[in-house]
Amino acid sequence: MALEVEGLTTEFPMSGRHVPIVDDVSFVLPEGRCLALVGESGSGKSMTALSLLRLVPRPGRVTAGSVRLGGRELRHLSVPEIRHVRGHKLAMIFQEPQTSLNPVVRVGEQVTEAILLHERIGRSAARKRALGLFERVGIPEPGERFDYYPHQLSGGLKQRVMISMALSMRPEVLIADEPTTALDVTIQAQILGLLRDLQREFGMSILLITHDLGVVNQLADEVLVLYAGRVVEKAETTQLLSQPLHPYTRGLLDSLPGRRRPGERLYEIQGVVPSPLDWPRGCRFCTRCPEVFEPCAEQTPPLAAFGSEQSVACHARHRERQGS
Amino acid sequence: MLAYVLRRLGYGCFVVLGVLFFLFALFFLVTTPDDIAQRALGEKAMPQVVERWKENHGYNRPLWPGPGHATDNLLVDHFQKMLTFEFGNSDADGVPIRQRISEGVLPSLLLTVPMFVIGIGFGIGISLFVAFFRETYIDRLGVFVSVLTMSIPLLLYIIGGQFLLGKMLRWFPVSGFDLHPGVLARFLALPVLVGVLSSLGSDVRFFRTVFIEEIFKDYVRTARAKGAGEMRVMTGHVLRNAMIPVVTNVVMAIPFLFTGSLLLEAGFGIPGLGSLTVEAIQANDFSTLRAMVFLGSLLFIFGQILTDIAYTWVDPRIRLE
Amino acid sequence: MNALFSAGPVREALISDLIVGLVLAVGLGAGWAARRNEIWREALVGVLRRRRYSVLVLGIYVFVALLDSVLWVGGTDSSTSSVSDKVALQEARSPLDRAFADSSEKSYSAPLSRVEFYDVSALARPGAHVFGTNVLGQDVLYLTLKGARVALLIGGLTSLIAIPLALFFGILAGYFGGRIDDVVFFVMSTLVSMPGILLLIALIMALGQSTFSVCVALGVTSWVGFCRLARGETMKLRELDFVAAARSLGVKDRVILVRHILPNLMHLVVITFVLMFSGLVLSEATLAWLGIGVNGSWGQMIAQAKDELSRDPIVWWNVVAAGAALFVLLLAINRVGDALRDVFDPRTRGEKL
Repeated sequence: MALEVEGLTTEFPMSGRHVPIVDDVSFVLPEGRCLALVGESGSGKSMTALSLLRLVPRPGRVTAGSVRLGGRELRHLSVPEIRHVRGHKLAMIFQEPQTSLNPVVRVGEQVTEAILLHERIGRSAARKRALGLFERVGIPEPGERFDYYPHQLSGGLKQRVMISMALSMRPEVLIADEPTTALDVTIQAQILGLLRDLQREFGMSILLITHDLGVVNQLADEVLVLYAGRVVEKAETTQLLSQPLHPYTRGLLDSLPGRRRPGERLYEIQGVVPSPLDWPRGCRFCTRCPEVFEPCAEQTPPLAAFGSEQSVACHARHRERQGS
Repeated sequence: MLAYVLRRLGYGCFVVLGVLFFLFALFFLVTTPDDIAQRALGEKAMPQVVERWKENHGYNRPLWPGPGHATDNLLVDHFQKMLTFEFGNSDADGVPIRQRISEGVLPSLLLTVPMFVIGIGFGIGISLFVAFFRETYIDRLGVFVSVLTMSIPLLLYIIGGQFLLGKMLRWFPVSGFDLHPGVLARFLALPVLVGVLSSLGSDVRFFRTVFIEEIFKDYVRTARAKGAGEMRVMTGHVLRNAMIPVVTNVVMAIPFLFTGSLLLEAGFGIPGLGSLTVEAIQANDFSTLRAMVFLGSLLFIFGQILTDIAYTWVDPRIRLE
Repeated sequence: MNALFSAGPVREALISDLIVGLVLAVGLGAGWAARRNEIWREALVGVLRRRRYSVLVLGIYVFVALLDSVLWVGGTDSSTSSVSDKVALQEARSPLDRAFADSSEKSYSAPLSRVEFYDVSALARPGAHVFGTNVLGQDVLYLTLKGARVALLIGGLTSLIAIPLALFFGILAGYFGGRIDDVVFFVMSTLVSMPGILLLIALIMALGQSTFSVCVALGVTSWVGFCRLARGETMKLRELDFVAAARSLGVKDRVILVRHILPNLMHLVVITFVLMFSGLVLSEATLAWLGIGVNGSWGQMIAQAKDELSRDPIVWWNVVAAGAALFVLLLAINRVGDALRDVFDPRTRGEKL
């Protein structure tokens, strides 16, 4: 079952205007694959994920586009129907395991809740399944930890609890919003490895949201680069990392310390991400782009394919292609 | 946990001693026994009359411990009497204070307990309702009405209640008290109603703030992502966390069930501990006043300890430290 | 010169005028200082935007109170022959007093009535009493307006004493910790252990029943709350990096306290001042009901008038006037206080409400 998103747009009212924090985002996540949404904070990547589950916080609203899971349009579903999908067909894990778990409920109970919300099995059956999941995600002494409160667990363990909670109903798609950002580097590697294994074992697709290109490299098959709410480049991972087309993507890659020789000054993309109220009319990156020229400020570059595995929205790249 | 309770109790005892000393300072240093005697007897009373009055009421001893009277002085006497609840007799009419207090406890409880239970019930219920509909006109209306009702002083509620419901509509008697089961409810209805209304506004505001703060937290988002509906989110998640500040707030109020509400009892003629205090004011009855403040403090301190314990019991993060 | 030092109407007038001048100076000074500070400017504008009417109402109350506080001796034509007028000439009176001079009747009269309430004889000033007159024949509107001064005095003066005191002890306890903190905390715990109303009553009984003792009593009972807040916030601030940086640079403690800790507490001061104000006015009303309030306050008017409601025909204008004045003030303060709190809370700062 694939996840097909077309023209997704989510708007927030700001100072009297309706600003599209997610602007015409489209992608396809095929079964069993991992797609990464990459961008800085403020790029709209988290909001895209929340929009899929219809969890956009008020006063924001999804205003356009289609979200199809296995052919079924999610946007038209009634509230009970979308609740049936959440946690069941489409599950999500969040960035901060500290605050994402209910502090006064034991962790085991939070997992069984995820099960009992969707399946009418008894408490003990749910508990057994939850314990099994604890074991599968690598929580030591699962029987004991089952009755722990979140604050008694380390960050890594809490994240594993979140994962078992999300996987408890064998979802078709797992959305992972910065799953390792709040964790230590060594734990990061473990969690990413766990996600890879689980993906293979459960046969599910993963929508990975991150700003860390290292994580992208380890887990993702395909990458979508977001800037200021828009998709600026789409490519298969190795292609993107070796031959980025969009100036923003190139800037991101150049900023990696590994790209410089020792002693060389680190590269940084000049300028700062503009606030949504200050977005330029044309390409939103034009104020910081080293390759900016006339059309950039006024015309939005369309997302065009460059080869079978890559698309980019950039006037400079279009001009190059036309010229050659 | 036990160690913590013991520590709290220990500190509480210290505070009790501090309170006693403060009361001593207030009632024996700031106003001297001579002042008290004069207020009781009138300004023109002759020195011998004052002396005799002081002797009768036990005020004629030295203030501080000193050579020859290490224990026979007002300071030690004060501490000893208060700590053993030997309150003596009223300055005004000589009736034993302990007797008055025991007579006043029941009426006070009959007033404050229903007020407490009903008030909390409605308070939590209404604020849950309002928080559920946050940011809609229901919420805004609820907040506005709360602020409005909060701004009406209890006095006005009492007067208004007595006037509208007592005099005009004649639904309830304006004041009075009778322990007979048949008529008791009629006499209590109005004061309880007035008491609940007057604190409903601030209670709802407080509870609502607590609920709404919880609703915006991350774990609520996780619950929704799991597929939980709004009802389940409110009851299973928000309420459980919001209960922590709510319970601690509520437990704090329990000792006050005993001291009763001064205004309500005075206004509605209910012969409880509150009325006792008010009468003591009007009669310049310092010994009764001393006893009431001490009693109030004991209950207060007890309430604080209870609150701290309740807090550790209700919040697993603290309990398991 | 003699008049300055002997107690009497001239001194009373001068003291009152001085206080008015001081209040205005402080108010203008604070306003001017706030003009240059962006956070405060944003905050004040934010409050003005959201609670325009409440601010206006508060402004009116302050104006009336100040009006009644500007006193001077002498005035009207000394050729009038009545004894009461001659006595009045020797008293310190405000514009309010003068406007309502000669407005007494014999006893009750209904609002805008032309006759006395009970014996139906003609009034000295028929139709002139917008809120009627009370049992002594005094114009109720006049008494109500005078009550504003009393209310603001209680709220303002007491806060002005309690808050700096609480700030002082709270900051010291929070910053230095150790023994100082132990002592301050113990004193706070002791005072807080005595139920507020009982403590108030005890203090007033002990100190006597003057306006001053009521203010002192109110001050003693209210400083603890803010002290605890100041102490807690100071303790938090002390752990922040910029304080640690200052200390590592060798900056003296007292400089840190004044330049770093204090400014970060000022928003709490303002919010507490506003909210404490309403609590104090309310407490005084309660005390008045119990018979130990301040003379001339609305609480006292209400307490004195409560029996009038059970008469037949009822005398309602006393209670309604004083009650309404009290209610409107409390409502305005609560609304402004709420807005202030929202405006300083980083989460709700930008919202439109």
